[in-house]
Amino acid sequence: MGIKSPLITLMPNKTFFWFFLPTGLAMILFIGLPIISTGIQSFYAQHDQVVKEVKKCDPFGCTVSIVVDQEKTSKIREEKPLGKFNGFGTYVDRNHLAIEEIGKFWNETNSFGEFVDQVTNLPFYKALIFTLTYCLFVTPNVLLLGFIIALSLNAVTRRIRGPLIFGTILPMIVTPLVGSLVLFWMIDAEGIIGANLQMLMDDPYLSLKSSKTLTWITIIIYGIWHHSPFAFVVFYAALQTVPQEPVEAAIIDGASRWQRVRHIVLPHIYPVVTFVALISLMDNFRVFEPIIGFSAEGSAQSLSWLIYDNLVNEEVILFGSAAATSMMTIVGIAILLAPVLIRTWKEFRTAR
Amino acid sequence: MRETNMKKILISLLFLLFGTSVYADCNIKSGSINILANDFPALRTFVETAKGCKGNADFKVTHSSEHNKIAVPALTANPSEFSARIAANSSIVPLMNQDLIRPLDDLVKKYGKGIQDSQLITIDGKIMAVAFMANTQHLYYREDVLKELGIAIPKTYEEVVAASEKIRASGKMQYPYAAAYKAGWNLAEEFVNMYIGHGGEFFKAGTAQPSINNAKGVATLNMLKKLAGLSNPDYLTHDSEAIKVEWESGNVALMTLWASRSGTLLDDDGDAKITAATKLTGPATVAGGNIPAATLWWDGFTLAKNRSDADAEATFRALAHAAANKKMVADAADQAVWLIEGFKPGPKSIGVIEAVKMKAKPYPMLPQMGLMHGALGSEIVEFLQGKESAEQALKDVEAAYMSKAKEQGFL
Repeated sequence: MGIKSPLITLMPNKTFFWFFLPTGLAMILFIGLPIISTGIQSFYAQHDQVVKEVKKCDPFGCTVSIVVDQEKTSKIREEKPLGKFNGFGTYVDRNHLAIEEIGKFWNETNSFGEFVDQVTNLPFYKALIFTLTYCLFVTPNVLLLGFIIALSLNAVTRRIRGPLIFGTILPMIVTPLVGSLVLFWMIDAEGIIGANLQMLMDDPYLSLKSSKTLTWITIIIYGIWHHSPFAFVVFYAALQTVPQEPVEAAIIDGASRWQRVRHIVLPHIYPVVTFVALISLMDNFRVFEPIIGFSAEGSAQSLSWLIYDNLVNEEVILFGSAAATSMMTIVGIAILLAPVLIRTWKEFRTAR
Repeated sequence: MRETNMKKILISLLFLLFGTSVYADCNIKSGSINILANDFPALRTFVETAKGCKGNADFKVTHSSEHNKIAVPALTANPSEFSARIAANSSIVPLMNQDLIRPLDDLVKKYGKGIQDSQLITIDGKIMAVAFMANTQHLYYREDVLKELGIAIPKTYEEVVAASEKIRASGKMQYPYAAAYKAGWNLAEEFVNMYIGHGGEFFKAGTAQPSINNAKGVATLNMLKKLAGLSNPDYLTHDSEAIKVEWESGNVALMTLWASRSGTLLDDDGDAKITAATKLTGPATVAGGNIPAATLWWDGFTLAKNRSDADAEATFRALAHAAANKKMVADAADQAVWLIEGFKPGPKSIGVIEAVKMKAKPYPMLPQMGLMHGALGSEIVEFLQGKESAEQALKDVEAAYMSKAKEQGFL
């Protein structure tokens, strides 16, 4: 039972190869090569800056100060345009894995709690914790909510189903940035949600945006709101393929609604659930837009935000840092997906 | 040297200079002009004036508040996307670090008629930019509110805190103070101002080693936290535009904001009563210091290196026309503190003029300053949220800065 991928059951390997070739080539060109290039970049740092003292004058007066010596620097740059080989230097520095700092904290702190405090104060781990928390709360809730909506809509009379479906997938249609901005203004201390919460809690200083916990909760709720329609659409399509005979037989046998869902529907659409979980995990691990939309940089940083920060927030672009974080994000996604992928692979093997 | 220059600026700022207007020669025959600039009224006026002189050249402009993010990649391309970039003290540094802008000496000699010497930004004897306006952050206050409560115009941040507490106690306003404390660039800028006001130095003399984890740094953070406590609780999400809106809604009575934004605060839009009561004064000092807790900024134009000489020439001539344009300065006198000959300061220029008089320091034009600014913007947030001590926050800033500086080859 269950939906089997037509590719696996119907297509011989040779046909599959030719079928996949154009996509494969495009993937190598547009995904594979950039990843390799990013990987190489992550092992390099900038050359040592040659600076010199010069006189600088502006409308406010003259001072003696330093500038980068372009003559000498450009010579070094021409010889080695990639920069200085740094190995895993960027990966282990304080702004990334911070191996040295963690060792120091371990030796210096008195209790485990203090140690954890120190480690989570490091930018990479701070971002990692938010990213994982977001994944952990958003993914299961998206699956659950999407499934419930799909079930309910499937039970609604056909006449009003169309408009209802449209309404349900609206959160996905709305651009993430716009969606988060709308909510951002609503939770403002003077917005409709923010002001009412203050009244409700009788606390004029309550602000959803200034408290770290409340900001996290807001972003997570936004994430669930935004991603549920995707799960819903896929589940809804899958529900259309559930065979009616066993369901009717179960009804005759006196199975309750819950029993029917638990023993007939869920096993049938199980592969689709795995698929949605996979995609959802991948998407959520790269959470980024809501942080910008909610101006939540102060309270919530994700791995993707760290990359963005390295590339644009400084006036100096940190290519090495951004590349290292990118590579670690890819590794992170791979680790997260590993259990699901291994399971799918095993099923694939037994199916053959 | 500094003294005489200061006097020169003061003179040029304070007095209207008589004489016949000298316009740049505008007979541009060919070339392509493409300008990248920040987005505020004075820059729009400046670029429009330059456009008036474009002749037969192509003319394009991109006004964006995201200009900092675009500039380096766009000017690194060869040929560069933009032929000119309107930069400031801080944003010229990455362009200098990467060698992306060209010296202007020959062009100034040939076409720079009317540009004053004090407008020239020279680095190592070469003219790298031509400044046309000055900017700083200073205090704005609501005259009606202060008068009603019998509060004198604050001169120091300690007085700002006392005044704000008094306003809050009176029940008139819950969050009487505002400043752009948005985590990131804005918050870091507030730290830079306050730290300079405390007389702090960011680096050990002559090196790129950070030196902010000291008593002055702690005092700076404590003052920022006090002010944040008197601001709207969402302060970490408020940039200059957001606090401007707060002000115009009448929620705020004291504010630290850019001089270049005064025009939009004092225009006819919005509540006439609030506009009438909005007054400007110099930047505040802090901790008994003499120099204000503010930095002086210039805005000026630079020319891309990776662009043909013909384009550079056309661009320079158009921009130089604006940078020496007495008519523009007279027409748009309330939009900015122009550094251009013939500028007669109006009431909206008080902040900058006071700052210059009080010997405010310019924003440090150091190659590694951008990294320090970036580290400050993210690492002091947790202190303001009450999650860590001032010492820990400063230690974090230094550590974050050092990792970045090592990657960039400064350490």
